[in-house]
Amino acid sequence: MDILSGLAQGFSVALEPLNLFWCFVGVFLGTVVGVLPGLGPPATIAMLLPLTFNMNPAGAMIMLAGIYYGAKYGGSTTSILLNVPGESASVVTCLDGYQMARNGRAGPALGIAAIASFIAGTVGVLGLMLVAPPLARLSLAFSSPEYFALMTLGLAMVVLLAGTSLVKALLAMLVGLWIAGMGTDLFSATSRFTFGRTELLGGIDFVIVAIGIFAIAEVLANMEPRAGPRMLPVPRGLANLLPTWQDMKDCRFAFFNGSVLGFVIGVLPGAGSTIASFLSYGVEKAVSKHPERFGTGVIEGVAAPEGANNSETGGALVPLLTLGIPGSGTTAILLGALILWGFKPGPLLIEESPALFWGLVASMYIGNLMLLVLNLPLVPLFAQLLKLPAFAMYPLILGVSIVGVYSVSNSLFAVALLTVFGLLGYLMRKLDYPAGPLVLGLVLGDGLERALRQSLMMSQGDLTILFTRPISATILVLAAAILVIPLVRRMNAVRLAAIAQES
Amino acid sequence: MIRGFRRADFWSGSVLAALGAWIVSEAQRWEYLGPDGPGAGFFPLWYGIAMVVLSAALVARSVLAKGVDESRGPLAWAEIRRAFGCWCSLVVSVALLKVVGFIASFALLSWFIVAVMFRQSQRLAWSIAFCAAVGFYLLFDVVLGVTLPTGVWHLAAWGPAWTS
Repeated sequence: MDILSGLAQGFSVALEPLNLFWCFVGVFLGTVVGVLPGLGPPATIAMLLPLTFNMNPAGAMIMLAGIYYGAKYGGSTTSILLNVPGESASVVTCLDGYQMARNGRAGPALGIAAIASFIAGTVGVLGLMLVAPPLARLSLAFSSPEYFALMTLGLAMVVLLAGTSLVKALLAMLVGLWIAGMGTDLFSATSRFTFGRTELLGGIDFVIVAIGIFAIAEVLANMEPRAGPRMLPVPRGLANLLPTWQDMKDCRFAFFNGSVLGFVIGVLPGAGSTIASFLSYGVEKAVSKHPERFGTGVIEGVAAPEGANNSETGGALVPLLTLGIPGSGTTAILLGALILWGFKPGPLLIEESPALFWGLVASMYIGNLMLLVLNLPLVPLFAQLLKLPAFAMYPLILGVSIVGVYSVSNSLFAVALLTVFGLLGYLMRKLDYPAGPLVLGLVLGDGLERALRQSLMMSQGDLTILFTRPISATILVLAAAILVIPLVRRMNAVRLAAIAQES
Repeated sequence: MIRGFRRADFWSGSVLAALGAWIVSEAQRWEYLGPDGPGAGFFPLWYGIAMVVLSAALVARSVLAKGVDESRGPLAWAEIRRAFGCWCSLVVSVALLKVVGFIASFALLSWFIVAVMFRQSQRLAWSIAFCAAVGFYLLFDVVLGVTLPTGVWHLAAWGPAWTS
């Protein structure tokens, strides 16, 4: 199927009234989630995942993806008005966005954020559409050893998801592998790590862990402080939100920089939208004629990172949909969702489920357009959400989490497990253990073990099968290289420190 | 304060080392390599060993670390107590699900968060608790058809009788 006919099929799926409705629900919820600091896309997607089980998978995926990229539009609002990023990718927007608002230019800052997000978001989807099908065709030659290598590469991405400590990230990933291994082993029917509980024979549902680690832990973390920051006034009327012609001219390179850099960073699993936005801000500053003004409220300082974090979404979906490798906590949850709905994310996804893939691509074009309309004239309305008291919001999040888990399992044991994973997620935050690697281990653990065991069955126990096949060997070398990166960086830092000390 | 963080690394590393050791001991009970290839114990054994090694490294680092880590602020115990208080209320509310059902237990959880955690007025707390519980019942049970725990008194089951 070529790209044009695929896209035509995609639009026929995305333009179905029900799918258009789910697309709108997704981008609307995404904007709300992006606007509200403390409630991120992974938590929201995890909470809503159980409610999608009765939906048509294409509609469900369109909605969940809408939350994912919609949150990136909404995230800039709090960065600009409160100096508090609505989500991690909007951290850089605080630097110049908040300063613009303090200088009385909140309207153009919000406007350029929406326009840059639209342009770069659309470029990102274009990239996804052009890059994903050939990459998937290339990976059709994969067998168990290649899948094992691919999942090892996915797990190696933990290095890039690691926060301050790689050891802690690796430990979190191993805990994820352990949780994934709970239940009955499908090869030998052995019960593993079930603590004698029949409820654990089927393993622990991904939804329980995801909701606990992200949603419950997020509420607990947000419960800590009593008072919130003060919001700057929001300009009213579309005319006050539109940037001037000069602003648009100033942002020409920022649009290009954000679009291209964001997509490329997105394709590299593990890099993430926060890195994309920081890099594009750095590039923008480096090529600017007035770099000294960055941080004081220049409009390119808002356009570049906002564009990059939206273009990154399209890029991040490339490895997710063609190789089954999630590069972040949110894409890991989307991967889990695809598996729960019965799809096999990987090289065959586009071939076997064209309606899902192309429907998603087409819906992202439509969703970006919806977001532009939602975010330009309706920004003052969304900003009102910031006045919603936390004491009214947190019980609702806890309630949706409980209902979500109970609706999946019909078991109070599962709800009890939810509280355990909620506490685990909170403790991980306090102790600086990143949650992303745990989810990565949980999602990839089962497939990794299966691929390894199938590979060794193929070779009758000979491990060299993993290294003698060219694609598998190349991917494993790449995974090893990724694991070595921080070691080299650290050695280099030690070397530089030693040189500095000597001089 | 920084010492507190180091202690946290020490203790979390120790707990994970113990978990890793337990995983290794469990994995040894299962088949490692069989005639058809790796058995049920193959994979857990290796990640268990990796967990022991990495957590030992974390413990060693926390013991041997010198100087002050300025990137970390002090631990705010009052804030942690608030979060833990919220978690305890969630645990109690989940425990009550079996007895009083979702609607009553969720209303109590909402009341606790508004009145006790955020110190709002009783009137506001009870209003939010009531509205949230009824709203959830109408949205999930009535509109979406999601079955909610009813408890021994089958509280949510009264709903259809009212609505019919």
